[in-house]
Amino acid sequence: MFGIIGARRGCARHIPSTGPTPCDSPKPSRDRNSEPSFCVSSRHPSNDYQVMANIPPYNSSSGQSNTALGPYQFNQVPPNHFTGSVKHDANSNMPPPAFNNQANHYSQSASSSPAFNNPMMMPPQNMQSSPIRPSIKPSTNQSPIPNLQNIPSSSASPHPMYNTNNPSPYPPNHHSQQINDNAPPLIPSSQYNQPTNGPNPTRLPVSQYPPSSASFPPPINQRPPFPPLSQPVPFGNQMVGPPRSNLMMPGSSTLGPNMMAPPLAPSRNNAMNGPATGPPLTSLPGPNDLPRNQTSGPPSLPSGPMPPIRPPTNQSMAMGPPTQAMGYSNNLSGPQSLPLLSSQQPISGQPPMPGAMPGLPKPNIQSRYPQMPPSNYQQGPPSQGMPPQIPQQAMYQQMNKMPGLTQQMGQLNVTQQGFDQLWGHQMVDLMQCKHILSEYPEDPPEIRLGPNFAEAPNCSPEIFRCTINKIPDTNSLLQKSRLPLGILIHPFKDLNYLPVIQCTTIVRCRACRTYINPFVYFVDGKRWKCNLCYRVNDLPEEFQYDPVSKSYGDPTRRPEIKSATIEFIAPSEYMLRPPQPAVYLFLLDVSQIARESGYLDLVCGIIKEHLEQLPGDARTQIGFICYDAHIHYYVISDGLTRPQELTVLDIDEVFLPSPESLLVNVGEQRDMVRELLTQIPRRHSGPGSPASALGAALQAAYKLMSPTGGRITVFQTCLPNIGPGALQSREDPNARSSKEVAHLNPATDFYKRLALDCSGAQIAVDLFLLSSQYCDLATLSGMSKFSGGSVYHIPVFNAARPRQATHLRNMFTRYLTRKIGFEAVMRVRCSRGITIHTFHGNFFVRSTDLLSLPNVSPDAGFGMQLTIEESLSDLQQVCFQAALLYTSSKGERRIRVHTMALPIATTLTDVLHAADQTCIVGLLSKMAVDRCVTASMSEAKEALINVAIDVLSAHKLSQNLPAGPASSALMAPIALRLLPMFLLALMKTKALRTGTSTRLDERVAAMCDLKCQPLPQLLRTVYPDLYPIHTLEQHTHKDESEEEEVNPDPPRLQLTSERINLNGAYLLDDGETMVIYVCNAVSPAFLSEIFGVAAFSQLPDEATALPHLDNKSSSILHAFIDKLNDDRPYPSNLIVLRDNSPSRTKFTERLIEDRVESAFSYYEFLQHVKSQVK
Amino acid sequence: MAFSFPAFSYIIALIIDAFLIFFSIFHVIAFDELKTDYKNPIDQCNSLNPLVLPEYLLHLFINVLFLLSQEWFALIINLPLIIYHIFRYRNRPVMSGPGLYDPTSIMNADVLTVCQREGWIKLAFYLLSFFIYLYGMIVVLIAV
Repeated sequence: MFGIIGARRGCARHIPSTGPTPCDSPKPSRDRNSEPSFCVSSRHPSNDYQVMANIPPYNSSSGQSNTALGPYQFNQVPPNHFTGSVKHDANSNMPPPAFNNQANHYSQSASSSPAFNNPMMMPPQNMQSSPIRPSIKPSTNQSPIPNLQNIPSSSASPHPMYNTNNPSPYPPNHHSQQINDNAPPLIPSSQYNQPTNGPNPTRLPVSQYPPSSASFPPPINQRPPFPPLSQPVPFGNQMVGPPRSNLMMPGSSTLGPNMMAPPLAPSRNNAMNGPATGPPLTSLPGPNDLPRNQTSGPPSLPSGPMPPIRPPTNQSMAMGPPTQAMGYSNNLSGPQSLPLLSSQQPISGQPPMPGAMPGLPKPNIQSRYPQMPPSNYQQGPPSQGMPPQIPQQAMYQQMNKMPGLTQQMGQLNVTQQGFDQLWGHQMVDLMQCKHILSEYPEDPPEIRLGPNFAEAPNCSPEIFRCTINKIPDTNSLLQKSRLPLGILIHPFKDLNYLPVIQCTTIVRCRACRTYINPFVYFVDGKRWKCNLCYRVNDLPEEFQYDPVSKSYGDPTRRPEIKSATIEFIAPSEYMLRPPQPAVYLFLLDVSQIARESGYLDLVCGIIKEHLEQLPGDARTQIGFICYDAHIHYYVISDGLTRPQELTVLDIDEVFLPSPESLLVNVGEQRDMVRELLTQIPRRHSGPGSPASALGAALQAAYKLMSPTGGRITVFQTCLPNIGPGALQSREDPNARSSKEVAHLNPATDFYKRLALDCSGAQIAVDLFLLSSQYCDLATLSGMSKFSGGSVYHIPVFNAARPRQATHLRNMFTRYLTRKIGFEAVMRVRCSRGITIHTFHGNFFVRSTDLLSLPNVSPDAGFGMQLTIEESLSDLQQVCFQAALLYTSSKGERRIRVHTMALPIATTLTDVLHAADQTCIVGLLSKMAVDRCVTASMSEAKEALINVAIDVLSAHKLSQNLPAGPASSALMAPIALRLLPMFLLALMKTKALRTGTSTRLDERVAAMCDLKCQPLPQLLRTVYPDLYPIHTLEQHTHKDESEEEEVNPDPPRLQLTSERINLNGAYLLDDGETMVIYVCNAVSPAFLSEIFGVAAFSQLPDEATALPHLDNKSSSILHAFIDKLNDDRPYPSNLIVLRDNSPSRTKFTERLIEDRVESAFSYYEFLQHVKSQVK
Repeated sequence: MAFSFPAFSYIIALIIDAFLIFFSIFHVIAFDELKTDYKNPIDQCNSLNPLVLPEYLLHLFINVLFLLSQEWFALIINLPLIIYHIFRYRNRPVMSGPGLYDPTSIMNADVLTVCQREGWIKLAFYLLSFFIYLYGMIVVLIAV
């Protein structure tokens, strides 16, 4: 501990309080590579290692003997040690000013902190440590934790903060973490063996609370955004008591029965009396309530003790109804819970919900615990199936009328839910549970490794994510589960925090070349066993040395072992040639259409502004080529006073007129480059040629760049129509909404071959398509797809439209200033038995596990489908390691290594419940795009529907649910409950929708995005976030640490018009744009405070900005929008629409749960799936 | 014992079939190299693609000879392969040069498996047909 605190204090001392990062260098260099040893190595001048970034706090624990605490330790560091130090990617190119000018918030996303495996712990750190953006929403999908400052700085354990002094709402997602943290499973499971315990039997399926921890209360009472309407008692602090004691009851036998029995009793009498429960269930509760009450404790009379105990129960149960109604998303707000409850009533005539109830516990119990002989209880003949469920249904009806009952049931629910949660096996009935989206982003499911590595830091789910968090042990099991197996990786993500190591030998396995990582096994002090191929390797002497504590002897203290994401500075054997300089070449279309669009002025202006911020060192070169029917080169050299234009008329045989002075050093010729950038738009302002010789220009660029490698940025506005690579228009505008989409394949392989040549020469081609007409992006995108570039598309661009101009400015600024890695390769290694089947993303696959990435950008994500070739049943865990070798813009060769380990599952139930639905959707979207291109769109959509059907069928099979469509329930594991909705949303995205008029180029651009966006962005594209902003103030938490800051945190709404109130205003955020949708009955106060207009009719049809007004509501809304913009590469566009604007479809078409022409509504989709589920 | 046109076609077919066997052995080896990382897919495709059309044309040439010499049995056993070749070439990826194999898609595990299996099956078929041609040649030669 001392080590890190000392180091951090050291940092804090060095850094002036205004300084943006602790690792910032004195000169305003943007790349922090050059000041490696700032934090640590300057304190250890003699050691061989330079730990360049801050060592993650938990590394520092190696300085202390107590390593048992593992990663959690860092939370003990008083927050004020972090305040001065923004943890920043040591290699980041982000200019410090970017914090303020909003250009590059992405780099600061809170995700990457040391607490990789431990997202719950991160928010405090990040929030405390970032002076600029105090309201970071941790992008681990962890819900925001608004009042972190409540944590006492000296708190000994991270956990209590959630319970004790935190009256404010909390998202429910912490539970799983909690469960894991203090291993409560023991309590309830041991409990479960005692038949005398009350709560066990009544296990309702839909619930989330762990009965888990005796040490802290369940979060029931956390985050009630509104007090539930059914509940008059306001939440008070005293609430913490009762629920906790109730929940503790299973574990603490003395307290338990007293508290628990009374609430239980009535519910049993009313509801559970019937033969409702199947045999396993009934073995526990069933009609034998009374006898069991008697055995279970003193308060045996059902009604006796009840009145006195009730008040606390009431309070503790306050969340009960919403919980049940919502299924698992227990933080349902009051107003929402109301429609919900009522919506249950009509349905409650059917038996679906109860169907879940008896079905659920049975397999769990059976599989884990010997079944109680029914004769122990006065149990009727075990009955199953439909009839018994009806009484339960009646119960549900009653529940709606009887709050007390509801509460009690809710409480049972809480307890029973916990058991399920401990096993991770909850189910939810999709047909019943309409409000299925949790209001705050959820954690990715947690990875629980075996005991040996339970403490080992796993890779952050933001970087590395698998579709199933427990790998099936055989291929047949995987096939049975019908889930796609694959990983999504975001390897070059901007990290706030990254340990960087420089050492003479990088320790790798001699057989498979795996880098040493946290999941290796140390045979003894001198040898280690590779976790991928199981070869035993020798450990070099220097690995014994710990650079942090400056001590010898324990290899497990090394940063390589302490962090699953690490960066090495590679020695010369990792170079085929000297590291290349940063070379940027811009290809600008100056044909007639380009001149009309006016982009040239804008783009040249942006380049000029950011010339200093281009990542690079003293060798950085830049060049420009313009093209229309001819190619215009620009020569800048010392002999010339002005840039000189050379026009080459011959476009069939491309040659370079003056090879040496077309690319110039930015540093030496900065003024000339600026002059040129001023000249180019002027030079090409008049009427121009209608032709565009893109192919020839690309060939010229390739010739120019091939000796060095680098990046070509192409701005194209029209179809290239002359010279090599000329294309013809293929789109039929009348077929834009037809069922089958043609021409998704390239028309020629010219651009692909060029990309492959470029890839061989370490050149990446990035395409900005600012088209006003069809440009055949399907063909043109080949140049980026196979050269590791990226495609940006702004349809019908015109610089005169402020919204598009801002969009391009944001996009291009981010593009210019973001970090870049040159001449990169990425290798993904898997444990023996698993192989990579298909890669998704922009790259060239050079061998079975090696991707060639001429450039790698922090905004690029990749996907890989995996196959299980051999049985894994003899393994403890499966590991994946992605190693990205690249040249930084400072000319350093670096290797960034991410390692992820996953446990093995042997049963179908385990596999299904360990699924990661968002990751699955991410992978499926990539597979669907591939299917569209290779087969057809209808086939791809059918395949998507089949995924939902197959998975739910598999689940039904695994749970032995009643077969056939007879049951009206559609049960889904809680881990997959959103899958059908996401799949439906995916089919309604621009890329895959049919029936709605979609330009071919836009569709192809959306497909490119699906293929290479990182998961959070992809998910936002597929299923946009919808927030109510008229109630923003109610969801705002004052950030106490900084007086000015507010932290608005409204709940997400499902994308259906049911959730749109006429008196509301909503913000729909799909990553690209934020649409603010104002309904006509919104309050005038809101209008005047936010928009500065008095009446609804005064709002413009479509506004592109929000006025900054000097009042609280307006500032909160702006703070909220800023917060949303924080975790994406560049700020989104903003559009304000009235609900009677002509362009309101921009909003309504994204309400994907509603029925639109020729596409299912969510409910219809579920019906369809249900009818197909076998 | 007479040296007739059918006998001539069988002799030519035998010689060409030996070449085809070599082609398919090369094919199998090439894909195995790809699978085991020895070769860059671009290089490998550049060496494989020029061989595709010659193989198809040689095979077609044998069958033209069989057609002309009215050796119906030999023709019929080759007919499925001809149809497969035509189908395969019609559905090749978009590419400007001749050939079938696209370096960007060839590393897909499915494509790789299909290509390798195709190589083995063709090898077996050519070996089998070698003996059939041998038998046919002898029958033709000793007839009369």
